[in-house]
Amino acid sequence: MNLQQLQQLHTYLWTLPQASGDKRAQVLLYGSAPLLESMDDKVLEQIAHVAALPGLVGAAITMPDAHWGYGFPIGGVAAFDAEQGGIISAGGVGFDISCGIRCLRSNLDARDAAPYFNQLADRLFATIPAGVGEEGQINLNPKQLDQVLLGGAQWAVKQGYGDLADLDYVEENGCVSGAVPGNVSELAKKRQRGEMGTLGSGNHYLEVQVVERIYDNVTAQAFGLREGQLVISIHCGSRGLGHQIGTDYLIMLAKAASRLGIHLPDRELACAPIKSPEGQQYLGAMNAAINCALANRQILTHLTRGTFAEIYPQASLETLFDISHNTCKEEQHEVDGKTRWLHVHRKGATRAFAPGHPRLPTRYRDVGQPVIIGGSMGTGSYILAGTSTNQAFASCSHGAGRAMSRNQALKHWDGRTLINDLERQGILIRTRSMRGAAEEAPGAYKDVDQVAEVTEQAGLARRVAFLRPKVCIKG
Amino acid sequence: MSSSYFEHDADIGIIGCGLTIEQSFEAAAHAVFAIITNIEAIRPQTAVALEFEEADLELALVVWLNLILGKARELGMVFSHFHIQRQNDHWHAKAAGEKWHDGLERGVEVKGATLTMLAVKPIGPVWESRCVVDV
Repeated sequence: MNLQQLQQLHTYLWTLPQASGDKRAQVLLYGSAPLLESMDDKVLEQIAHVAALPGLVGAAITMPDAHWGYGFPIGGVAAFDAEQGGIISAGGVGFDISCGIRCLRSNLDARDAAPYFNQLADRLFATIPAGVGEEGQINLNPKQLDQVLLGGAQWAVKQGYGDLADLDYVEENGCVSGAVPGNVSELAKKRQRGEMGTLGSGNHYLEVQVVERIYDNVTAQAFGLREGQLVISIHCGSRGLGHQIGTDYLIMLAKAASRLGIHLPDRELACAPIKSPEGQQYLGAMNAAINCALANRQILTHLTRGTFAEIYPQASLETLFDISHNTCKEEQHEVDGKTRWLHVHRKGATRAFAPGHPRLPTRYRDVGQPVIIGGSMGTGSYILAGTSTNQAFASCSHGAGRAMSRNQALKHWDGRTLINDLERQGILIRTRSMRGAAEEAPGAYKDVDQVAEVTEQAGLARRVAFLRPKVCIKG
Repeated sequence: MSSSYFEHDADIGIIGCGLTIEQSFEAAAHAVFAIITNIEAIRPQTAVALEFEEADLELALVVWLNLILGKARELGMVFSHFHIQRQNDHWHAKAAGEKWHDGLERGVEVKGATLTMLAVKPIGPVWESRCVVDV
């Protein structure tokens, strides 16, 4: 991205000056000069399009890990007021509705556990259905699937997948309200058959990581983290059901926007007013998909616990937090001194509530919400905490962000060679897709250290711990 | 007919070319499923009939690609052969392939076709259909 076209507001915040007659709202870009320079110009074009959507409140915002997406940029945040004609956009949520990360803390020390990492990797790979075409063991009839869509992780716990205590540490206690299974197409439900409790592919993973560095002792203690401890991160979403809802409503909302006279500079921004019949229909379906994703990660948590128990009988895995990064959520935010209910789209962005937020579990209320920035399989991930300095509708970065396209990555790396190289570095990869491994090469991603550091310096969240991967099950 | 790809940061841009609109749609479908597996190894053992209504050519491409992706997932299959015909706004199609099994190469799951960089247009004597697919 050419920084000449931007105005720097402070070291880590930039804006795109408005041309005269330009009716769009403000655009804000969080990031350092090097991170922004490394972004495609399309990021700026896409977020400027978002800023022109009806009912936007404040600014259309990008996070430090932003990259070129479809419709919204990945790492895009936008809040809309339903009472002022605000819209909801399928393109602002994405196909993988409620894709997110469940992080589990263990009572295991990496040094003690290390001799069994190979065995653990093999057993996890055998237990966790991962990759294209892989199905799970759970087959639900239509009535049961509707219960998943209404109950989310709470449904899963009732079926024996995990513990009640998990729910305290899942967004919305594991179940969002407003889900309408009747708004989900039959094809979407059929696509989910065999996909409950599966990881998926692409950038999805289940990773066993070691806490290598603590940045903030007080918060780490509240999160139950210490150096040398093993933690597990599960990155996946709403699977085929969510993908089909995205598909169904993309076309429907594109047509609704056209009929309602909403100008879409990119048809992928497909949207309708929140209060319109189409907007309400999508909201009901999207909330159903969020519950599907929360149930999916709950089931995977249960499967992971079972595998750990086989290898480490003394293992205890507690949910640290479960947070989605492809959603639209109704939340209260203070804007210009007034508290307003807003629909906050976060596409490739994580919610990051500040200390004291009433929706945080008691354990974390004094330190802020746990936030997870997932890195590549060869570098590492960060756990951060929400801050009161956040001015981005309580949102922050969600990952390292791609630095190179998948096609370019395929030209640079060979999957098998990469896996062997990582194994020599002490990182065990298990995958059925050599193509997928090459596309997900650590070198194809931005420097996660830089993203996390800038996220902290920009006041979006503060670093708590750095996690180094040891075992990675790739989709 | 030919299929190819174009650059996109997070996902993959697919291109299908053919002498007719229908051929370009078939080539686009080929490009999509070649991301999912080694499409040359997929035998057309089972055929599935599909149909849809769409007047807008560009939206029809997205509907077509998402329909075959959805059908493949629903049936646990991967497709390699495609045929589509247009009668006014009505599209009749057939996709053939086989069920997933251990011998098939696992590529990357395609979640859906998007409206980003979406275009269906003639370029000289050839029709080109393109869009970004989410992976």
